[in-house]
Amino acid sequence: MNDLLQVRNLVKRFESGGGWLGGAKQIVRAVNDVSFSVGRGQSLGLVGESGCGKSTVARTLLRLVEPDEGSILFDGKDIRKASPSELRALRRRIQIVFQDPYASLNPRRTVRQALSEPLFVHKLGNALSIAAKVVQTIDEVGLPRSALDRYPHEFSGGQRQRIGIARALVLDPELIVADEPVSALDVSVQAQILQLLERLKRDRGLSFVFVSHDLGVVRHFCESVCVMYLGRIIEEGPTAEVLDSPRHPYSRVLRDSSPVPDPEARVRLSKIVGEIPAPTNLPPGCTFHPRCGRVQPDCKSRVPPMVELDARRMAACFYPLIDGGMNGLIAPKRIEIS
Amino acid sequence: MNFPLVSKPPVLELRDLRTEFRIGGAWHAAVREVSLQVSANETLAVVGESGSGKSVTALSVLRLLPQSAARHGGGQVLLDGVDLAALSEKQMTKLRGEAIAMIFQEPMTSLNPTMTVGDQIAEAIQQHRNVTKKEARRLALEVLEEVKIPAAAKRYDDYPHQFSGGMRQRVMIAMALACKPRVLLADEPTTALDVTIQAQILSLLSELKTAHGMGVMFITHNLGVVAQIADRVAVMYAGEVVETADVHTLFARPMHPYTEALLRAMPRVDGNSAELESIPGGVPAINALPKGCAFAPRCRLKEARCEIDRPKLARVGATHQVRCVVRVEQHGDMA
Amino acid sequence: MSAVATPAVAKPNSVWQALRKNRMSWIGIGLLLLIVIAAVFAPLLAPFDPFQQNIAFRLEPPSAEFWLGTDSYGRDVLSRLIYGSRVSLLVGFVAILIAMCIGSALGILAGYVGGMVDQIIMGLVDVLLSFPTLLLGIMVAAMLGASLENLIVAIAITEIAPFIRVARAPTIALKQRDFVEAGRALGFGPIRLMGVHILPNMISDVVVLGSLWMASAIRTEASLSFVGLGVPPPIATWGSMIREGFEHILDAWWLTVFPSLAILITVLALNLLGDALRDAIDPKLRSERA
Repeated sequence: MNDLLQVRNLVKRFESGGGWLGGAKQIVRAVNDVSFSVGRGQSLGLVGESGCGKSTVARTLLRLVEPDEGSILFDGKDIRKASPSELRALRRRIQIVFQDPYASLNPRRTVRQALSEPLFVHKLGNALSIAAKVVQTIDEVGLPRSALDRYPHEFSGGQRQRIGIARALVLDPELIVADEPVSALDVSVQAQILQLLERLKRDRGLSFVFVSHDLGVVRHFCESVCVMYLGRIIEEGPTAEVLDSPRHPYSRVLRDSSPVPDPEARVRLSKIVGEIPAPTNLPPGCTFHPRCGRVQPDCKSRVPPMVELDARRMAACFYPLIDGGMNGLIAPKRIEIS
Repeated sequence: MNFPLVSKPPVLELRDLRTEFRIGGAWHAAVREVSLQVSANETLAVVGESGSGKSVTALSVLRLLPQSAARHGGGQVLLDGVDLAALSEKQMTKLRGEAIAMIFQEPMTSLNPTMTVGDQIAEAIQQHRNVTKKEARRLALEVLEEVKIPAAAKRYDDYPHQFSGGMRQRVMIAMALACKPRVLLADEPTTALDVTIQAQILSLLSELKTAHGMGVMFITHNLGVVAQIADRVAVMYAGEVVETADVHTLFARPMHPYTEALLRAMPRVDGNSAELESIPGGVPAINALPKGCAFAPRCRLKEARCEIDRPKLARVGATHQVRCVVRVEQHGDMA
Repeated sequence: MSAVATPAVAKPNSVWQALRKNRMSWIGIGLLLLIVIAAVFAPLLAPFDPFQQNIAFRLEPPSAEFWLGTDSYGRDVLSRLIYGSRVSLLVGFVAILIAMCIGSALGILAGYVGGMVDQIIMGLVDVLLSFPTLLLGIMVAAMLGASLENLIVAIAITEIAPFIRVARAPTIALKQRDFVEAGRALGFGPIRLMGVHILPNMISDVVVLGSLWMASAIRTEASLSFVGLGVPPPIATWGSMIREGFEHILDAWWLTVFPSLAILITVLALNLLGDALRDAIDPKLRSERA
């Protein structure tokens, strides 16, 4: 398969504690044996809650964080083994869009400077052609040309996010890693940015790795999705299928907890109890078993591997749901108010 | 201009509340003639985006805005008939935490990191009730159990940083409920939480509301959350209430163009929302409000008259009010 | 969005506006301006040649002719005071400038690179800071010998360590900011990231402290000159004037009091200005976080 990106057995550990006053040294596997692929022009969603490792995965794809094990094959070449000059060239082809529009731009640089800088650094043309490219890109993200000579603080959150996207586009990448790109925006602005990203996806044939905690956004934007829990991918497949009939109990809980703007479809949350365990103190066996409504004895001792359930569906569960829900949410019930 | 929208007398009522902020030397209204009602055992969701004035409204009720930058510009805040805006600061202090309580978005900054959670709750109780320390401790433990903190007795002596985000939020709820308030203001209490934890907290709030018979004003920007927990909804835009209705009516028959647009802009987890519709433009700054209807510059239904006169809130159904002349006309004013 | 304290990222121009409103800053700026004018226009303002000795008029108290009196060689105190301002300001300013440049560079390097480099540089800081400022200055000046250049070097050395510290902390915070990570993702090298992205965003903090520490530099100069390690005579510096006047402290009070006052006023002006600058930057910290 001619996938643009192939991630295999990615592992990243962090250490906490240790030293005189820190207590016992603990190793956290923020990313624990993660594998997935993204085809050209495809968008893959990475969803999960705090501590699932999705943001860490995103950063390892650009080597902003160095993974400890595993391989990241971009267009056939392993990013981890790239030399500094190869890495530099690779950086032109994979770019990142950040979550916080207020932190992602250098407050001291004008928009023009921020957009021109990558082109200068990579020596992509002379001053004239660079200036033209900058103008072309600012047009492409839907901002007026007058924006070029202004500073970030003069813009709203949504506009800053457009500038961040423009900066990611200016090197003409093939893959964009988007780390919660719309989470910090209001709903109406979120829709604008999503529309922009979609247009860019179409016009430029971009691939996306789209990290988000919002299942609605991921459903809208990504063809396939990987659900992560505590450093592992526990389910993957086409987004609509995974969300309509999840196979892993956690996927179902995640889907059911996502609020839907329809008061007729209030869901009584079946059996999600407990908190997400601290990553330094992972439960044995399947990490989800303490909170699972279908837990069996062997779930506590063995770690379930990712198993192919259907043509394109995979889940890491010994007892996957057969039919995760009849065409949508489980039997709608209202939260009774007596 | 006040239509009683609820059959029971409201426990909290805002009448034409106006709150102003000082910007560049002049006073501008962030909350403009807002009227809301919350009854006992009812959740009113106040929904809006940034700049809608929803948080400022809640903070105005409790008079928690900084005195140098903000001021009460008119209107009343009636708690069981008593106007809070007219009380002295001393009287307000007595009411806060007792008759009305508030919970916030970031539990870490709302809790004192150097006091155990149990002590903080007990302190809140002792501020308002004349009880012994032992009795306060007992009551605090009781409320910790009520918010379903596992092993509450053991965790009584833990510090805030030893709790996860969801647990801290439960502690904050416990502190708010310690003196059995009649009204609870919740300002985006679940926005910073993971979605499974959010579901737990929303469920908990619903149970507590019923158990205590409280009126809850729940502020959020998330229409999904609104659908989950609200009995009635008020949609705010640029400092005004633009639509109020009971929750079923609002989602089934949204009438204000802004409400409709918000619903169409929200990607849903349960359906293939083929096309997301965005709203062009942005929310006006409070010192640059357009003449006439605040939403007109972004509205599909805009007519010439929309940009001249500020529309009034008009009734279009038993429990449904809308601030839009075009829509009200289409439906007939049921004044 | 986090509420973590971030280094001051001031909007362009608004620092001036905030400064203008602060009354203390006006006093500080005003005094400083006076002193700078005195230094620049010394030849025009000084009534007498500071080197001109006049034995007949030695140790005269302040009078109509010699406004601030004369010293033991008959030289006019006022003129020497005015010319002395040149040395003090020059030494203070240049020394701080050198310390700021070297200290900031080392601080940013330590903060950005981390690891071993950080440990070494911070070790250096610890060593430098463990000496009392004056002692350090005396050691360096004694080793190098007394001259204007060496005085500047000695004072610069005493002021480097605080700058390293002050530059390091915001660097560490800024390194984590998304826009720096974005730069890394775009293939920018560490030099560019340190110089173009991190430095401009923390320079205001550093400059503010620079102005405050210039006061400290001037005090150190005065102390070193007093001890005899400063600029060699007959050049007038405030510190050496105090030194020379020390022997006559009881009968010719004007020889020590006026130079001391000059130092006092200059240090006060710089402190007021520095405080006002810091306040001007500070509110920007809050308002930048929209």
